[in-house]
Amino acid sequence: MDSALILDIIASSLRLATPLIFCALAGVMAERAGVIDIGLEGKMLFAAFAAAAVGVTTKSTTLAITVALVVAVALSCLHGFACVTYHGNQVISGLAINIIAAGLTVVLGIAWFKQGGQTPSMIDAVRLKAVTDVPLLNQSILVYVALALVGVVWWLLFRTRFGLRLRAVGENPAMVDAAGVSVAGVRYMALMGNGLLCGLAGCYLVLAQNASFAPHMTAGRGFMALAAMIFGKWHPVGALWACLLFGFLDAVAIRLQGVVVPGIGEVPVQLIQALPYLLTVVLLAGFIGKAVAPKALGSPYIKTR
Amino acid sequence: MSQGSQDIPRWVDVGVVPLVNLAIALLAAGTVVALVGQSPTEVINALVKGALGTQRGLSYTLYYATTFVFTGLAVAVAFHAGLFNIGGEGQAMLGGLGAALAALWLGTSLPTWLMLPLMVVAAAAFACVWALIPAYLQAYRGSHIVITTIMFNFLASSLMVYLLVNVLKPAGEMNVQSAVFAASAAMPGVHTALSWIGVQWPSSPLNLSVLIALVCSLGVYLLLWKTRIGYQLRASGASQGAAVYAGITPQKQILIAMGVSGALAGMVAMNEVSGVHGKLLPDFVSGAGFTGIAVALMGRNHPVGIILSSLLFGMIFQGGAEVAFEVKDFTKDMVVMLQGFIVLFSGAMAYATAPLIGRIYQWLHQLIHRPTAAKLASAPGVEADRG
Repeated sequence: MDSALILDIIASSLRLATPLIFCALAGVMAERAGVIDIGLEGKMLFAAFAAAAVGVTTKSTTLAITVALVVAVALSCLHGFACVTYHGNQVISGLAINIIAAGLTVVLGIAWFKQGGQTPSMIDAVRLKAVTDVPLLNQSILVYVALALVGVVWWLLFRTRFGLRLRAVGENPAMVDAAGVSVAGVRYMALMGNGLLCGLAGCYLVLAQNASFAPHMTAGRGFMALAAMIFGKWHPVGALWACLLFGFLDAVAIRLQGVVVPGIGEVPVQLIQALPYLLTVVLLAGFIGKAVAPKALGSPYIKTR
Repeated sequence: MSQGSQDIPRWVDVGVVPLVNLAIALLAAGTVVALVGQSPTEVINALVKGALGTQRGLSYTLYYATTFVFTGLAVAVAFHAGLFNIGGEGQAMLGGLGAALAALWLGTSLPTWLMLPLMVVAAAAFACVWALIPAYLQAYRGSHIVITTIMFNFLASSLMVYLLVNVLKPAGEMNVQSAVFAASAAMPGVHTALSWIGVQWPSSPLNLSVLIALVCSLGVYLLLWKTRIGYQLRASGASQGAAVYAGITPQKQILIAMGVSGALAGMVAMNEVSGVHGKLLPDFVSGAGFTGIAVALMGRNHPVGIILSSLLFGMIFQGGAEVAFEVKDFTKDMVVMLQGFIVLFSGAMAYATAPLIGRIYQWLHQLIHRPTAAKLASAPGVEADRG
């Protein structure tokens, strides 16, 4: 294996990991505050559609990103409205967001662009291309933003008063309430951060990785990010490593398609693609280490109890 | 998961609340339809006509409904034990694998009357085992069933593609699919069955699996409400603490509920793989596992409600497919979107509408039962001024 190939695989892993990093961080924000979020997929998909639609029509990167972020935050607020304000089931709410996003993006795409749900390609000026020509560092600015945000989210969660409250709300909301802090308020704030991060993931898909939106283009990445968040034990830095690992597996799987490895034979690509999910199940079951979810995860906080 | 507020009578909670939630979902979808420049009334008319207007359309509606009954019941059984089984999709896939393996292995040597029951057992067994792994992990290793069942959907789909590409695909076949089953492995179509008794019915994918769906619905009702097992299962779902106090082992209930749930999801294979395709396709479930969640939510996790909401979803799917022919730019994605709104309003937001409906009911109740002027006149003094 020559060094060019190794560099190529590393760069490709990083690119494939970036949307996972954004979404996994989004998951960390929500779930540390006690709100299950299986709607990462839908929010990312909708944000990607919004970014592409606005990018194509206005030819403005700033507007595309802004609208994508607004859309994703709005969906997060819908999630909050259903399960923080009205104590609805968080899993069902996330599921609803996924299904609505899968249907509505295609419906709107067909109505607006008449290309079977696809958007036209964006001109290069709108896209966020590689920042330099140096190999390995020739990534979109969003790749660097994702890596930087790992630090930001870590700092926010573990070094600020807001972060302490956010984590407390996920572990013991009654205590936070007793301290005079609004549980719903903190959860909404966490969900807004979650929305912003999902929005960036969507932007990355259409502004950096591709040049247009295609129906169902997230293709399960939101769920893989969910797996990465769990694999990273609900910690931003752990999630980063998990995302990089999953991105690496993805990069390797693409290159091993149909390749016969000496001594092993043809590696089943499906197995490599299934590994992230398999590893997450094994970890969750406590066979390699133990991933412990925030204690109040999934339970709506009802004051009178 | 009782969602109604306590001051509304049961008929309102069971009959009115789901309809109001459905109406809101239809309104939201209708708004989108209008926004993209189509006429909601035209769409609704074409949808109902396409779903119920012809014998053929009706047959398709019932065919879709059959699949949704299976996945809806699967979600409901798990729900009664307090578990959220999002893995219906993967479990149905494994059911298909089981049925296909049985059909490919013994299809040429066994007669239909022996082959079909064998396929039912194989589909149920494979799907059941696939559901039991997350169940075991939840019961004894403490991993969250929602997450593991999501992961198992992806694992199932990888497994299916792997087996179809590397093992089951016959040499020379270009598409990713298994060999075609022997004729004995085909669930007879309803039109065929009706022709045996001399009734003419147009050909459609509707097959005798619809009877299995009815039997399963009855079976689930009897299991949950008429047996000790069902009582224990519901008890551990309603209050685990109370169940333990009553001597029920929650771990065992998790295994039973998920095993039954998985087996029900596996029955999708009889309707799709045996009844229609006659071979194993990688994506034959195509989202039915998720539709099952919407079906169970709308049907309040009761077999009767599930049959009704399956019929509704069957109508929407069949009608939606017909509308796509008639109305320009209408695609089945509109149906997906409507499904999403239904999950949102009758699932996630059920708590938001129920109290409001409760208040409206109270207001109407008082309006109707308000003492009349004549009564007030005959009973002077007491509360006369409150009218």
